[in-house]
Amino acid sequence: MNTLQYMRQGAVASIPMIVGGIPFGLLFGSLASSYGLSPWFAVAMSAFVFAGSAQFVALGLIALHSPIWVIVSTTFIVNLRHLLYAADLVKFVKHLPMPMRAIMGFGLIDETYAAVRPLYGTGAADEEGGHKVYLGSFISFYVMWNVTTILGVLSGELIPGMSEWGLEFAMVATFIGIITPYLKRRPFWFCMLSAGVASVVLSGLPNNLGLLVSAVIGVAVGYFSDSAVDDEKSIRNGEAQGVGK
Amino acid sequence: MSLLDSVLVILGMFLVTFGVRFVLFARAHKVVMPVFLDRALKFVPVAVLTAIITPMILMPDQYMAITLLNPWLLGGLAAFAVGIWRQQQLLTILVGVVVFFVAKYAISL
Repeated sequence: MNTLQYMRQGAVASIPMIVGGIPFGLLFGSLASSYGLSPWFAVAMSAFVFAGSAQFVALGLIALHSPIWVIVSTTFIVNLRHLLYAADLVKFVKHLPMPMRAIMGFGLIDETYAAVRPLYGTGAADEEGGHKVYLGSFISFYVMWNVTTILGVLSGELIPGMSEWGLEFAMVATFIGIITPYLKRRPFWFCMLSAGVASVVLSGLPNNLGLLVSAVIGVAVGYFSDSAVDDEKSIRNGEAQGVGK
Repeated sequence: MSLLDSVLVILGMFLVTFGVRFVLFARAHKVVMPVFLDRALKFVPVAVLTAIITPMILMPDQYMAITLLNPWLLGGLAAFAVGIWRQQQLLTILVGVVVFFVAKYAISL
């Protein structure tokens, strides 16, 4: 496969989430201008920060006249979950040159992780072309996010009420389509159920903290139930073969 | 906000966001993941994606709505059922989205 084919694969896997993101780019741009912020401010934020939920949180804090250090540290907390993605992807980027890793780091958003990570799992994204698949996803989200931000700044919400349509359900459905293939083994069920329950219970925490804590809980529950299943297996195998340690 | 404040906000947000995303990639060739961590990280996709969408599905208006009048729940359940049954991503998305919008429309009648 050539570079373009790899990139197209990443872009195609991202389509439903790109559609789901459009109203939010428009909403972000129009909210920023309705708060009386300079058009350049919103455009620059989408171009340089490129972090959907953190950008909305920052707008809210600016509207409350929060000090800069509060805005920046809140952004840090809201984006902390990306550390988990990075940790998971380390094994796929370690052979790449530093500038490429920097670009991939800049583009590490929920949606691109969600779109590309399963492709690494199936081998569709390999050592040679995985980063190209990733770039295809990143670039298509980056273009969508910046174009819709500019449109939102220029003309408010292009279609009034568009963010009420529920287009972001496309993202929900895509995430479900990514989760379900994992559910062949019990530890992944435990992981999903615990993360889901925790995220609802903790949904009142500020700054996406509930999301972060729930994710860590889900990973921990998955890990420990995985170890428990393994122990059970090795005990059973040991008995079957008549060898005990 | 003054121009200086705007620049500082964007610069600060850029630094912390990029920092979180890049710090591990920057050391990727030196980082040796302990085995237990590698075993734990395979749960990241399911854990994070579930934690993002469950509140959207169960509490679309910020309070619990486990009812047949909640299109998010209906669409989510339909997608989940199809995903478990067939494991074809496109079909899962399609069925979920169709059920969601049909339910949303029917409920608004």
